[in-house]
Amino acid sequence: MTMTVGYSNALQMRLSEKFWQVNWSIILLLCLAAAVGVAMLYSAANGSWEPWAARQAIRFAVGMVVLLSVAVVDIRFWLRYAYVFYFLSLFLLAVVEVMGITGMGAQRWLDLGLFQLQPSEIMKVTLVLALARYFHGIDFEDVWKFTYLIVPLALILAPVALILRQPDLGTAIMLVLGGGALFLLAGVRLWKLTFLFFGMLAVIPVGWHFLHTYQKKRLLVFLDPESDPLGTGYHIIQSQIALGSGGIFGKGFLKGSQSQLNFLPEKQTDFIFTMLAEEFGLVGGLGLIGIYLLLVTYGFSIALQSRSQFGRLAALGLTTTFFLYFFINIAMVTGLIPVVGVPLPLVSYGGTAMLTLMFSFGIIMGVYVHRDLSIGRRWASQVA
Amino acid sequence: MLFSALVGRLYYLQITESDRYAMLAEDNRINLRMLPPPRGRIIDRHGVPMALNQLNYHAILISELTPDLEATFSSLESVLPISDRDRQRILHEIRHKHSFVPVTIRENLDWDDVARIEVNTPSLPGVFIEVSQSRYYPFAEVAGHVLGYVAAVSEEEQGDDPLLELPGFRIGKNGVEKIYDLALRGKAGTSHIEVDATGRVIRELERDEGQSGQELVLTIDSGLQDYIIHRLEGLSAAAVVMDALSGEVLALVSTPGFDPNVFNKGLSEEAWRDLVSNSRGPLVNKSISGQYAPGSTFKMMIALAALEDGIISPDQRFFCEGHMELGDSRFHCWKEEGHGTMEIVSALQQSCDVYFFEVARRTGIDRISEMARRFGLGAKLGIDLPYERDGLMPTRDWKLAVIGSSWQLGETILAGIGQGYVLSTPLQLAVMMARLINGGVAVEPYVTHDLVDGESTLQRPEPVFPSLGVSSASLAIVKKGMDAVTNTPLGTAFRSRIQEKGKEMGGKTGTSQVRRISKWERESGVLKNRQRPWKERDHALFVGYAPYQNPRFAVSVVVEHGGGGSKVAAPVGRDILLETQHRIEEEGATTTAGNAMARRDG
Repeated sequence: MTMTVGYSNALQMRLSEKFWQVNWSIILLLCLAAAVGVAMLYSAANGSWEPWAARQAIRFAVGMVVLLSVAVVDIRFWLRYAYVFYFLSLFLLAVVEVMGITGMGAQRWLDLGLFQLQPSEIMKVTLVLALARYFHGIDFEDVWKFTYLIVPLALILAPVALILRQPDLGTAIMLVLGGGALFLLAGVRLWKLTFLFFGMLAVIPVGWHFLHTYQKKRLLVFLDPESDPLGTGYHIIQSQIALGSGGIFGKGFLKGSQSQLNFLPEKQTDFIFTMLAEEFGLVGGLGLIGIYLLLVTYGFSIALQSRSQFGRLAALGLTTTFFLYFFINIAMVTGLIPVVGVPLPLVSYGGTAMLTLMFSFGIIMGVYVHRDLSIGRRWASQVA
Repeated sequence: MLFSALVGRLYYLQITESDRYAMLAEDNRINLRMLPPPRGRIIDRHGVPMALNQLNYHAILISELTPDLEATFSSLESVLPISDRDRQRILHEIRHKHSFVPVTIRENLDWDDVARIEVNTPSLPGVFIEVSQSRYYPFAEVAGHVLGYVAAVSEEEQGDDPLLELPGFRIGKNGVEKIYDLALRGKAGTSHIEVDATGRVIRELERDEGQSGQELVLTIDSGLQDYIIHRLEGLSAAAVVMDALSGEVLALVSTPGFDPNVFNKGLSEEAWRDLVSNSRGPLVNKSISGQYAPGSTFKMMIALAALEDGIISPDQRFFCEGHMELGDSRFHCWKEEGHGTMEIVSALQQSCDVYFFEVARRTGIDRISEMARRFGLGAKLGIDLPYERDGLMPTRDWKLAVIGSSWQLGETILAGIGQGYVLSTPLQLAVMMARLINGGVAVEPYVTHDLVDGESTLQRPEPVFPSLGVSSASLAIVKKGMDAVTNTPLGTAFRSRIQEKGKEMGGKTGTSQVRRISKWERESGVLKNRQRPWKERDHALFVGYAPYQNPRFAVSVVVEHGGGGSKVAAPVGRDILLETQHRIEEEGATTTAGNAMARRDG
């Protein structure tokens, strides 16, 4: 194939052929991770499908349909509308600012009647797509120039600012790290990124003033959790007790005393990994990490196989985001980093997160399905 | 690299530190709840319960089981009147406690209340009747001082026993309830319960019922106790009856009494102030904590000290002309015109003061006090009751050390009639009496058949008392004098003699001055006892024994500010000794082994 393979060319690939191309190993891994999640939510409700497990299973099923549908859509569609989706997400974030629902000390949700939407979750995907499109469109030689970094920096910082105002420190950090990773993957030199990183470090003392009291407290308590055993430190201490008491093989399904007796906070969302490791021990914890690792490996190998820069960057960025998701969550519940409120992908209870994750895997799968498709650097601007 | 951080962290938490966290998780999950053991009963020598546990019914409300609090409240009010204050308190507690925590509506419900609530259960969701045990003293005022009372644990009393931290737990604060508290208390049971993060009980994992408190058998005869307290009604007095041979205290009375039941329910501040500020000291157990000049009841000690040291002979005579001169001072006999010639028996019989002035002067205070100490005066006897006091038997050394001046002869003379520094408790006087008539052995008093052995009790062994080392000849002379007091027409207590055959008593009266009568007062005419303010009137005393032929029971009576011993105290002593003998006769008729029936194995 040549560099000028057209849009029409891909259309010739039949739908059935595309399904044939779907990587079923990834689907299987996703099903496994989701099954773990449903089982843990069943246990979190003290052995009941209500209120979480059943709904989570349905969402996963819907998510699977989304994934397969996204996978067969030509990736040039996503390239073409990447900015549109990005600005749509940004708009939703702004709407949240005005009329969002407040929950757990932050304004994160939009009530759409049928369901509640968390635009910051969607932003994680659309930001990656927008950045992928941006870096797809510039010359590899230009990437190192600082001036070319202004636009992607703005792409990142606009939603980060909005999300920090909600406030949702966890998601904001995810966006910064995910976006930053994409810079690196796109070819921006590490030293430049380091330079930017230290630039941001310098902003920390200034940023400290903009943090909410509860966020400051979280950071401080992280440094010494036992200083505040009944307040903010309670989460971390109880989480570590649950993990530690699980031992190698765990206490058994539905038998985790920390989780079943509610000593563990937010066990259906952020601390669900703790519950898994309490009831299934080190074996269960490492098992889930293994599944995630395989998914990440698949994601990166798909990126490497992609012949288009957009596909490669999108797959890389989304896989990295996925990686950051579970790494930050597990590091948080094990006490390696402060509690920042990042859910465990595919396992934690949460509709928007589940759907956006399945959507991301849909894109990754789409990149895989369309891995042999080359797209010109200026293609998007030409058709748009 | 990032992965190894995660794996390493998990390894550290779940393998290296697993044991520590497992323990912490168990700490979280399992609560140890203590189960209060039932307190041991206290029964008298005949097995009559004097302290027992009564079921206490209270109504509680568990708010999470009540769908409509207002409705429940209004139907509750038609069944059980609730004061506005209670209502406020209940609503406050419901708001501030977890919804599964029971809130007490009212305690101490009577049967009617319980029945009304039970009948209306359908309209009272979330309302339950709870039963707990509370201490009950059926004899109320009769034995308050012996039994003591139980009350909530104060902060200073918090010790090693975690039971004490249990809300609502009561411990013995006085009497045998205090002395035998550990044995009566029993051992706490435990219930291991699983709780969730909010403290809600999920289930009980393990239960150990603990050990209920030991039963305590008293030597007290509740009937005799009851008789005496009514005999002393209206007086501020103390009386002790004991078995002179065994040391068993049959009755130990102090009036006015107090009802130990009021302490258990919680005393209002007002009621407490009334009890404490009462000039007649209802809270003080006068029989062991009251210290009185023994007055003429002390004359037996003077006589024995002099006889034993050969200072006087049994028929040595002294002339009483109504007073005795010593330097500038004049010491008066109670009989102004004088007794004439007196020897020891007649001096005891008529309680001649001049005779004993002279004998005391010759004997000296140190020898008198030494003899008195042998008979149990001047030091704690170690009875198994709290707050016993020493009394005082002065010596020259004592005065120099404590008062800081040297002993005066006049003080010895005053001691000759049981005045001045000498002080004794009614219990000591009863013990003195017992030792005078039991063949001169050092009998020791006690109120329980059980001894404390750590946290349990064991039966008191048959007591063996050492001899006092007083010759039986001297004792016989003194006893002859005491017999003459009650059984010869000139005796000071002849009017109070027992005329029932075989139950006759002997004894000695005493009147102790509360304040010294000045020379000026004597010259201007001594005021009659009744004309003085109550607090300045004389104490009336009597010590006695019965039966006359074969002495077994010793009694002491002190009526504070009662007046003359022969007029006020002797009749009381007579009635007590008669009643005691009647009761023991009945006891002997119903059981073959006397007090053995009260023993647990009997």
